[in-house]
Amino acid sequence: MDAQVKQPTDLDLELGLLLDAIFQKYHYDFRRYSEASLKRRVSAALPAFGCETLSRLQERVLHEPKFFNELLRFLTVQVSDLFRDPSYFRSLREKVVPYLRTYPSLKVWVAGCATGEEAYSLAIVLAEEGLLDRTLIYATDIYPDSLRKAEAGIYEVERFSRFSESYQRAGGRASLSDYYTAQYSSAVFDRALKKSILFSDHSLATDSAFAEVQLVSCRNVLIYFERELQDRAIGVLRDALCRKGFLGLGLKETLRFSAHAAAFTDFVREDRIYQKV
Amino acid sequence: MARRVEAIVIGGSAGALDALNAILSALPAGFSVPIAIVLHVSPERPSRLCELLATKCALAVREADDKEPLMPANVYLAPPNYHLLIEKKRCLSLSVDAPVHFSRPAIDVLFESAADAYGPALAGLLLSGASEDGARGLARIKASGGMALVQSPETSPVRTMPEAALRLVPVDHVLPLSEIGPFLARLGGQRTASAEDQ
Repeated sequence: MDAQVKQPTDLDLELGLLLDAIFQKYHYDFRRYSEASLKRRVSAALPAFGCETLSRLQERVLHEPKFFNELLRFLTVQVSDLFRDPSYFRSLREKVVPYLRTYPSLKVWVAGCATGEEAYSLAIVLAEEGLLDRTLIYATDIYPDSLRKAEAGIYEVERFSRFSESYQRAGGRASLSDYYTAQYSSAVFDRALKKSILFSDHSLATDSAFAEVQLVSCRNVLIYFERELQDRAIGVLRDALCRKGFLGLGLKETLRFSAHAAAFTDFVREDRIYQKV
Repeated sequence: MARRVEAIVIGGSAGALDALNAILSALPAGFSVPIAIVLHVSPERPSRLCELLATKCALAVREADDKEPLMPANVYLAPPNYHLLIEKKRCLSLSVDAPVHFSRPAIDVLFESAADAYGPALAGLLLSGASEDGARGLARIKASGGMALVQSPETSPVRTMPEAALRLVPVDHVLPLSEIGPFLARLGGQRTASAEDQ
């Protein structure tokens, strides 16, 4: 077989049909997600639902009303930590916050917030810098279950020793335990943090910008998109940012290959923080 | 060698760093194919692997960025705490999906995606290691018509990984460490660095 004119496999065909069915019935658009990792996640759903083929998954998506929400758990990646990549939060605190201070009121957008850890991390940084009272944080995701968890702000307390360490390395000024109440095996974030965060449904694949913001944090979200979809998503983020606003990406994400590269300059190169021109 | 290899993927764990150093230092600057590598490393520390490997290697060695196109004579390492995959459009992509074999990055994830992207035009090499990660991936490479290579257990400080692969995969070659570098140099269409010096 010639490598250059490879026929699509049955799995490729079925995946395309499944994603089409999901889009047409539920308007969730996974068609331009990075195929390699999406294929792994979808394949992992097969044994979980006792299905032999993606065609069988497709049938259930179309005919079983509650099935799609269960499948969505496999299609999306809901991994997050408090203060993941401490140097990123240190740079926000030391280099971006001085600019944010100059605004009388602030809007921040955490795009692809999963279960909310990133939004709470930012809220803590802004609280310690005296900015939270005049800040509204929009935290958005496409997965309703995650948004519900994020809004509840309840996490397993055993994760917090690692989170505390990251918080300190991120330049935390107090103790992470000042911000939550431990109840049995759970840690519940304070209302003071929660009331500054608005969790809502938004898709970078199908929706547009909805507010003007000074900072967007969108980390390890774009890695799940193909280049063309990345361009669409970065366009939405660019539209949302004010002039001279800041965009933070994951440590291995880059605007280097993006159609929007010229719309931004490097602000903290090693932490992938960009500033809109 | 009749077959045309357009990319090489390498995986290893315990005992693989020295092997990798020896292999990469045998490849000439004009090496014609890209190499993508997963080494199991601690997720918490910043990785010094690139600097370590780059010192003796004539090729450009770096941690992969998401959606970076694969270029000849470049060596791409999976960043700590990310899976590294190859897309059919022949660019790299990253994910923070769940660990596989308790590991992120996982060798199976790279190998299986690379097999889908390159089919018969791929060579996969599994080195020393203490886990069974990589065996399934190597099997997929072989099943897609690619070339499956394994470091000989006798020259592997930890034999679990190569032995797991040998149990599962009818590999093309089992090579002692000293022969791997020159073998890959031939696959990449160039003579070895030492042969060129002569």
